[in-house]
Amino acid sequence: MEISLVRLGAGKRAKIKRIEGGIMFRRRAASLNIRVGKIIRKIVSEPFRGPVIIEIDNRRISLGRGMAMKIFLEVEE
Amino acid sequence: MKILLMGNQNVGKSALFSRLTGVNVMISNYPGTTVEFIEGRMVFDKKSVEVIDVPGTYTLEPTSKAEEVALKMLKEGDLVINVVDATNLERNLQLTLQLLEKRIPVIVALNFWDETKHKGINIDVKKLEKELKVPVVPTVAVTGEGVKKLVSRLKEAKAHAFRHTDKERWAKIGKIIKKTEMVKYKNHTLMERVEDLTIKPLTGIPIAFVVAFFMFYLIRLIGEGLIANVFEPLFNLYNPLITGLSSLLGSGFFYDVLIGRLIGGQIDYIQSMGLLTTGLYVPIAMVLPYIFAFYLILGVLEDSGYLPRLATLIDNVMHRLGMHGLSIVPMLLGLGCNVPGALSTRILETRRQRFIAATLMAIAVPCMAQTAMIIGLVGRYGIAGLGIVFGTLLVVWVVLGLLLNRFMRGESPEIFIEIPPYRIPYWNSLLKKLLMRIRSFLTTAIPYVLLGVLIINMLYISGIISIIGEITAPLIVGALSLPKDAIGALIIGFLRKDIAVGMLLPLGLTLKQLIIASVMLTMYFPCVATFVVLFRELGLKDLVKSTGIMIFLAFLAGGLLNIIL
Repeated sequence: MEISLVRLGAGKRAKIKRIEGGIMFRRRAASLNIRVGKIIRKIVSEPFRGPVIIEIDNRRISLGRGMAMKIFLEVEE
Repeated sequence: MKILLMGNQNVGKSALFSRLTGVNVMISNYPGTTVEFIEGRMVFDKKSVEVIDVPGTYTLEPTSKAEEVALKMLKEGDLVINVVDATNLERNLQLTLQLLEKRIPVIVALNFWDETKHKGINIDVKKLEKELKVPVVPTVAVTGEGVKKLVSRLKEAKAHAFRHTDKERWAKIGKIIKKTEMVKYKNHTLMERVEDLTIKPLTGIPIAFVVAFFMFYLIRLIGEGLIANVFEPLFNLYNPLITGLSSLLGSGFFYDVLIGRLIGGQIDYIQSMGLLTTGLYVPIAMVLPYIFAFYLILGVLEDSGYLPRLATLIDNVMHRLGMHGLSIVPMLLGLGCNVPGALSTRILETRRQRFIAATLMAIAVPCMAQTAMIIGLVGRYGIAGLGIVFGTLLVVWVVLGLLLNRFMRGESPEIFIEIPPYRIPYWNSLLKKLLMRIRSFLTTAIPYVLLGVLIINMLYISGIISIIGEITAPLIVGALSLPKDAIGALIIGFLRKDIAVGMLLPLGLTLKQLIIASVMLTMYFPCVATFVVLFRELGLKDLVKSTGIMIFLAFLAGGLLNIIL
């Protein structure tokens, strides 16, 4: 099943399936190693539509809610 | 010859730069841009060569202004030391492979080598060297381990002209990683759990308040300690010199300008307003100790890796004010001095964000020089007065931000930053940065303060001040209930706000008047140094808008305080 990063539960792991959005966003994401096939772990979503914090290769990255909605993950049912 | 230090952000580039270069480092602007870089010199091949700390770069397909500049600098460089975070090899190799496509000699510094062991990472350096076809040297920039070897192997740096598409590059990185790196995954360490506590909202927000409290507590403690134990005694030594000169001069024009007026038959360093009395005492004995304390604490905060966490925690608040979390940086820097605060709005992506951040910072964030003077003056009446001054500024900051976000057109993108692991700041880089900031304070503040004091004296001696006082009386006396003479402080405030606050003292103001004057002086206009930077950063049109808002809101806030208090 495919869900967006926003809907992934805190502490859960999943594999990136596709990334939407413009070329600049995808390029910037790739430069931080956020790309299709990578496994990520969600740390937490900040409240009141704040940013989402993920862990990728043991590194933490903070990205806005709108950006997180463009990243789709493969999760088991 | 130019040697470039290039690498991702937070890979220890600055620490390595400190190790390689001497004391004489300079911050410069890349011509035609607003991107800053640091340059120094080192000895290579028995010659002194230029070393440049290129802004942190993730990719050579630019995604930001800083990365555009990095690409341009690459074309002017002769050799690249690619600083790579050994604990995050896969991502860092993207830049390395891109560099190997650019026909420039490259050598790789595999930094944070010491951290690989306890993180369960094992890298075969020899194999990595074979794969990349350039020298690879493990380093620990903070302790200096490997740095000599890195320098001795600089000559072996090799240029390549590989060609890859993005996909090919990732595939190649994948292969290299498989051949050279072994990772024994460990459970999350205690440190990582602590790191998460500072970013999860439930624990992170209270911790942020504690950090902020400690920051200001320490600044006051260090600032006051320095004043009482170092700078006051220093001026006690200076005292006989000044009294000697004072009796030598007797009276007249030079006496008035150099020594100033006597207060109760005595020289008063704060009130006399002479070049050699107030002109030196205010910047050195009253402001410098706080500047030192502020930048020391800020440096620790910056280099420990806490700021990106603070930016993340405060992001949702900043969004409602038309910015994103990183705008905490111009605000924090502005608390030190509005000039670097205004400069740092560059890290924001759009014109709208930069305008909002610069305006909010210039109007409602008092610099440490001014804060020190306000604490000195208003603080005499207890904490309540200070609370009203800073509380008013906070309200202005929030309300203006909400309004600008509501009515200003344009885009405000979201935050997208790496959160580095916590690290103990490297004292050498910390000290260099502190010295650089203090030097820039001393070289800009003291001339402006002296000029300000000189102009005050001229205005008083020539009688111009009383003419201006009469003209502006309806506004100053009528709307704000301040004495006519307060206009002198408002005029000088354009030059230096600390000395302007000091000028309020001889006026014998009540607490209410002091509060109104302090708020006015913070809000009504940026000081000339900030004004110039704002002009450069915002352009004329936005500067006019921004200062228009400041003048209007200053009188509105001052008038309201006059009615309420």
